[in-house]
Amino acid sequence: MSVTLFQNARIVDPSRTLDEIGAVIVDGKTIAAAGASAHNQGAPEGATIVDCRGKTILPGLVDARVHIGEPGAEHRETIASASTAAAAGGVTSIIMMPDTDPVIDDVALVEFVLRTARDTAIVNVFPAAAITRGLRGTEMSEFGLLREAGAVAFTEGRHTISNALVMRRALTYARDFGAVIDHETQDPDLASTGVMNEGLFASWLGLPGIPREAEAIPLERDLMLARLTRSNYHAAKISTAMSAAAVSRAKADGAAVTAGAAIASLSLNEHDVGEYRTFFRLSPPLRAEEDRVAMVEALRDGTIDILVSSHDPQDVDTKRLPFADAASGAIGLETLLAAALRLHHNEEVPLMRIIDALSTAPAKRFGLPGGTLAPGAAADLIVVDLEEPWLVREQDIRSRSKNTCFEGARLQGKVLQTLVAGSTVHRA
Amino acid sequence: MNERAPFPLYPHRHLLGIKDLSPSDIELLLDRADDAVAISRQSEKKTSTLRGRTQINLFYEASTRTQSSFELAGKRLGADVMNMSVASSSVKKGETLIDTAMTLNAMRPDILVIRHASAGAAALLAQKVGCSVVNAGDGAHEHPTQALLDALTIRRAKGKIARLTVAICGDIGHSRVARSNILLLNALGARVRVVAPSTLLPAGISAMGVEVFNTMKEGLHGADVVMMLRLQRERMQGAFVPSVREYFRYYGLDAEKLKAARDDALVMHPGPMNRGVEIASEIADGPQSVIQEQVEMGVAVRMAVMEALLDPRRNPEGVAG
Repeated sequence: MSVTLFQNARIVDPSRTLDEIGAVIVDGKTIAAAGASAHNQGAPEGATIVDCRGKTILPGLVDARVHIGEPGAEHRETIASASTAAAAGGVTSIIMMPDTDPVIDDVALVEFVLRTARDTAIVNVFPAAAITRGLRGTEMSEFGLLREAGAVAFTEGRHTISNALVMRRALTYARDFGAVIDHETQDPDLASTGVMNEGLFASWLGLPGIPREAEAIPLERDLMLARLTRSNYHAAKISTAMSAAAVSRAKADGAAVTAGAAIASLSLNEHDVGEYRTFFRLSPPLRAEEDRVAMVEALRDGTIDILVSSHDPQDVDTKRLPFADAASGAIGLETLLAAALRLHHNEEVPLMRIIDALSTAPAKRFGLPGGTLAPGAAADLIVVDLEEPWLVREQDIRSRSKNTCFEGARLQGKVLQTLVAGSTVHRA
Repeated sequence: MNERAPFPLYPHRHLLGIKDLSPSDIELLLDRADDAVAISRQSEKKTSTLRGRTQINLFYEASTRTQSSFELAGKRLGADVMNMSVASSSVKKGETLIDTAMTLNAMRPDILVIRHASAGAAALLAQKVGCSVVNAGDGAHEHPTQALLDALTIRRAKGKIARLTVAICGDIGHSRVARSNILLLNALGARVRVVAPSTLLPAGISAMGVEVFNTMKEGLHGADVVMMLRLQRERMQGAFVPSVREYFRYYGLDAEKLKAARDDALVMHPGPMNRGVEIASEIADGPQSVIQEQVEMGVAVRMAVMEALLDPRRNPEGVAG
């Protein structure tokens, strides 16, 4: 068993609220020690010593919302290519969305994903399964069997269940299995043909808008049903002040609810769409600046528990089109950490809270290993230079698809090394 | 026309929207269009300004009047005009707008006129081709030549645009004509009103530089110009307004409602009209109507736009840099 000692690093571990200069000892696949105390243990015999002065060690990120093209659209992204992008972005675990082709709504497909991941992926891949068969929003999928096979959450991916009774039954049934219902909400009737945030900016562009209420109405319904059923509900991607307020009220009522947000909703606003830039067509749409500010505050105060990349690879065939005809979504695995660190550099959100939302909180919510540097845990960790600036360039993107919202952006905070179960899977 | 006093150089390569134009750009195009009106009224209507130049009309939405207006404008300037109608093109075979654009671009046209159902389509095309692009209507975004021809019609009838009160009535929300007109009329100093049921108004309308009215009586009060918009049939059967008869009752322009406007108010409509829906026949054909003049001005404005874009002083090779 090889032993590596990372010394003189700043160690930030939200699972233990630890932020101190110290060392991390990786023994084989696990963490033997991490923190100031590990520093004093000295180097174990035969250990490789890595000096990390000026660098920071974080638990590897756990990205709870990643769309992959495999199966069905491998030209956009495979499990292998997504994992390479993840490793470069410091993401050591991903939860893969089930809206693939075919839909992951069956044990055989969960097994396919796990098998493909085992054979081709360099980070941990955890499949989420569909709440309803074929994402049709009518019949429940086999929560028990799917969970046993390895599905870590139940979600409709980009889709919203419109039938309240189906949602109530799913929440009730999921409770018996301790499963989390992880749901994006957008009322399809109210959103209608909308393609960006409703408001003056969309009106001038002549684009149909999506009102904030299209997100909030099904979200409020879900939160009420989560209270009724006392079930575990995760609002997957909120984007408005209105939604944050709804989640905050439900939490105050003691409901077992959590909320996530895509980093784009905290980094960008509707004006970034500019003159019909389709890479900025996202779902939920980029909102007004007031909403972005409210999202940042909701992350700071913990209303938003989890930050995700909402990685969604799209090719030229779905993006090189007029705005309203283009697909929504943007890749984000490689920029998740650096985009989130803007909030740290701007002193808007404490570093500990940011790393919690990117790693510890999602691991805990979905019952995954990782999200911690505690002794005995799997050595999923990253060495980061929090200050190092870098430029996002298309030719450096590892994803098969290049639809990033951050092309040409200057970001600060670079992943120098990524370890999954003690093995180095990325080195800058 | 060689004796024509030289116009200032038009500073843009494309005409994608009124939004990109300064008041002086607009005035320049209107001045050039005044000259073009004179050409169209001669018995010899053909000039040689654009001789040897190629104009392609790429219409993804059927529009007999706009397409023929552009075609006639090009022909009167001596250009070779080709119409690409969607039905006979590879668009039906699933080719994307950009691939079609690249193909057409390889044929080295000097000007591409595009009509498309999606907002932003003209701008997207302009990024990918080497020639000038004229937006002939993109979704609910802009229809700049319509706003220019409306302005020319008003200016010729009223002698000015500044400080006139213009009421734009009807389906503002889905209308590219409304957006382009709001921009242009504001740029030239008119007072712009919109009159519509609230279901046909876009979000944020009160911040778009207009006064908003929900009744024709108030909205038309003292107006110098009443501009009616077409209401698509599928929008008047319960989705946005309950019925045709209810819409006509409250928002259709008839003699009674027109009384609220000034006695010499102009009545305009971009066409094609739904008689008895947004406008009564007696008004459309009445003495205040300038709807036929609008059609005539349409050809003149399009001639002016294409001459300005292909001005040989700026663009000697016909390929913009």
